[in-house]
Amino acid sequence: MRARRAPLFLKRRSYRRRRLRDAARMLPVVGLFLLMLPMLWANGSSERQSTAWDGLFVFAVWSGLLVAAAAMAPGLSEEQGADGEGGAAAAGRPQDDA
Amino acid sequence: MPFNLLVLACLSYVVLLFIVAFVAERRAALGRIGWLRSPVVYTLSLSIYCTAWTFYGAVGYAARSGLEFVTIYLGPTIVFVGWWLLLRKLVRIGRQQRVTSIADLVSSRFGKSNLLGVVVTALAVVAATPYIALQLQSVTLSFGVFASGTPEGWALPDRDATAIWVAGGLALFTILFGTRNLDAKEQHHGVVLAIAVEAVVKLVALLAVGIFVVWGLGGGPAAVFARIDASAIGEWQVQPGRWTGLIFVSAAAVICLPRMFQVMVVEDGDERHMALASWAFPLYLLLMSLFIVPIAVVGLERMPAGANPDMFVLTLPLAEGQGALAMLAFLGGFSSATSMVIVESIALATMVSNHVVMPLWLRLRPKAAISGDVRRIVLLSRRLAIVGVLTLGYLYYRMSGGSAALASIGLIAFVGMAQVLPVLVGGLYWRGATKAGAVAGLLCGFAVWAFTLYLPSFGPDAALSAATFEQGLGGIGWLRPQGLFGVEAMDPLLHALFWSLSLNTAAFCLFSLLTFPGPVERMQGAAFVNVFDAESAGSLGWSRGRAEPEALLVMAQRILGDENALALFASEARAQGKEGFLPDATPDFVAGLERRLAGSVGAATAHAMISQIVGRATVSVEDLMAVANETAQIMEYSARLEAQQEELTRTATQLREANEKLQQLSVQKDAFLSQISHELRTPMTSIRAFSEILTEGDLPPEIVANYGRIIHEEAIRLTRLLDDLLDLSVLENGSVQLNVGVANIQQLIDRALAAAGQSRPERNFLIVRDLPAENIFVRTDPDRLVQVFINLVSNARKYCDAKEPELRIKVRQRAGRVSVDFIDNGSGIPKQNQAIIFEKFARLTDQTRAGGAGLGLAICREVMANLGGAINYLPGQGGAAFRVTLPLRLDRKAA
Repeated sequence: MRARRAPLFLKRRSYRRRRLRDAARMLPVVGLFLLMLPMLWANGSSERQSTAWDGLFVFAVWSGLLVAAAAMAPGLSEEQGADGEGGAAAAGRPQDDA
Repeated sequence: MPFNLLVLACLSYVVLLFIVAFVAERRAALGRIGWLRSPVVYTLSLSIYCTAWTFYGAVGYAARSGLEFVTIYLGPTIVFVGWWLLLRKLVRIGRQQRVTSIADLVSSRFGKSNLLGVVVTALAVVAATPYIALQLQSVTLSFGVFASGTPEGWALPDRDATAIWVAGGLALFTILFGTRNLDAKEQHHGVVLAIAVEAVVKLVALLAVGIFVVWGLGGGPAAVFARIDASAIGEWQVQPGRWTGLIFVSAAAVICLPRMFQVMVVEDGDERHMALASWAFPLYLLLMSLFIVPIAVVGLERMPAGANPDMFVLTLPLAEGQGALAMLAFLGGFSSATSMVIVESIALATMVSNHVVMPLWLRLRPKAAISGDVRRIVLLSRRLAIVGVLTLGYLYYRMSGGSAALASIGLIAFVGMAQVLPVLVGGLYWRGATKAGAVAGLLCGFAVWAFTLYLPSFGPDAALSAATFEQGLGGIGWLRPQGLFGVEAMDPLLHALFWSLSLNTAAFCLFSLLTFPGPVERMQGAAFVNVFDAESAGSLGWSRGRAEPEALLVMAQRILGDENALALFASEARAQGKEGFLPDATPDFVAGLERRLAGSVGAATAHAMISQIVGRATVSVEDLMAVANETAQIMEYSARLEAQQEELTRTATQLREANEKLQQLSVQKDAFLSQISHELRTPMTSIRAFSEILTEGDLPPEIVANYGRIIHEEAIRLTRLLDDLLDLSVLENGSVQLNVGVANIQQLIDRALAAAGQSRPERNFLIVRDLPAENIFVRTDPDRLVQVFINLVSNARKYCDAKEPELRIKVRQRAGRVSVDFIDNGSGIPKQNQAIIFEKFARLTDQTRAGGAGLGLAICREVMANLGGAINYLPGQGGAAFRVTLPLRLDRKAA
């Protein structure tokens, strides 16, 4: 029933907020992709790989992920007061935390 | 390092944890929760993911298979940075449905089914056993390191004895702080804070060892980097299967492990906290893993060839003569092991008591839901379950011989708990998932996991015969534990993970597609999957008006405790516009009460208990369809109408109550006028008669004296009556003068009991008191307070109609207020009279028994109002019960 009332296009602010959520959903996929890369290197020239360089790579990806998560966290938790998905359409709906 | 010093350090560390937990519990009990629920404490408490496996085992893992150890921390990292996808929903549902454990979540989602609760509980207990054994093993090993590595050469007490002592101590701590309360949700502030402290200790310890190794032994980061390249593990080979499989299984474990679920969802699930934890928890994991490889490399270089790499964190500093650092590392490892065991056993004990013991007990004694002491049973079963879980862990440790590498034991538990993942994720995102599917999936995954990984972990010929290993179950070749369906090339762990989860998911989907869910299941399914939509879906229609509120109150008290239940009922009554403690049993109220009870004993049990009082839920599939088909407009319109109507009903209820009260008052007033004239006339008549006789003279002196005494006594009676009236009007005007001073409640009650002993002294009352609880100092007007107490005690003495009268006095202090309950065991005050007893001139029994003018309770009420407190009638206590509440310190303004 909300879908009927939600506008088709959103204001700039709500638009950004939704894209931020999209980014939050993509982040684990990106992380997983980057962490799968060492497996591909294994099939390259040499059988064995350098623990030190691979470790450096893994820890770099790791820090990158958590920096990205930290950057997005305030924006994501900000609109907890408003309803989950609705943006402007749902702003008038009273939150009922039973 | 002498053994005594080690034990002393251990003990003093435990004492410190006790103090931390105790202080936190005290603060929470006083209502000063504040920073106890801050996001930082939440994030730190999540770190129980890092157990002794991380602290000791990760280095061993790195020494054996290079970089593969990080998979265990990469999985949780991905889950947490992707919190918006899954964890947010999980936490929201957990808070909304007041989930008490992962078993409760699954059971609640699939129609509050108890069968599912039992299955998940069994799986969790079995899977946790090796994990707890791992912690015991690591603590024992670390004691062993100190025993063998020192020139003093003290002999380690028996290895098993150490494990027993550790297990016993942990059970004691867990029982003390994990099973103290059964309030609201399953929250344990003391334990959570203790765990947050342990989280800091283990991080600091591991970082300290890491820094010592890198800068002290290794010669700085660059040199260590070169050393890693040159070392035995300088080259490693990624096994793509294990790399992805382990990332997946650790991601599943961080969601499904009972202890992670406990701290993540049950203790303090809040989206605001989640936002911080989404990056801070991965940061914690990163810091924990940062120095693992350097420690492993330097350990391999410096330690003798046969040294156990699992213990490098301890043996390296010891070998370099850094006793203090080794001690810190030891405490870090000790922290990791203890915090895991404590939370895990709390989580498992909650599951066992809510899903196994309670349903069994309710089935054996259906009446007990209403009258029995449920709280005691629940707490007792939790305590026993904690002991049981630790005993199982100890037995596994004995049976497995305590020899395997730490990491391999932990992974067995991870794969076991990962079996819940398909059902959990399916339940959160797929409305078509049914109970039959969930049961089939879980049982299937459980069986395959047990057969391919758990039982083989005891070794050949222990749980499974060697022949089964060789030729398969019953001699069937494709049923070999480590080569199911002819798949033999796989690593045993991956093999088990692959088959258990595939078959699990397949069975779950297939049975879900083929079966039809019941009504409760569909309601719960919609409520879970659409948790972020309008929160209208949820309460399943309990039929209206079939429940007696007093019966509900009595049952709620058994579970929530007197205080909480009364507060809940009183606030609901206020919301309905009624006074007192008993609201109407509207469907909404009953549904809310069920959720509240579910927070203590689990959804399935709460549902069963409520239906014993209310009768079965009266919703059919057709009703559901009808609700779903209504258009949004009609719903919104009717919602508006309903809101208006509710408002009107509430006002009408208030008006009706006011009117009833006015009418009763008017009747009372008339009655009182005749009463008061009677009261005044009786003494007046005798005074007049005797004084007339006296004026005639000619009487013997003893008769004159006698008549004079009678006249005097009657005059005193008159004066007392007039005094009471005067007192009341002064109190009502608020112009009373209070003599504020400090007084001890216990002494006040002593005074009251002594003074009230004169009314009906022939009755022998049994007074039940709790003297230590009464020892509270308050700042108030002691004389006025004693006046109230005397009144209540002598009322009990006068009116209690039990054969063996008994008066219980309960004193409690909470959030700056003191409450004193006077409860007798008589027949109490009928419901229709509870509203008027505090009115002036109200007398329930006839006056000959009462002997007063009916002003006592009215004066009490005014006195308490002047003292900034209140006096109320408490229903449902099995007799007449009055509660006096007053502030600890009387405010100057109120005086």
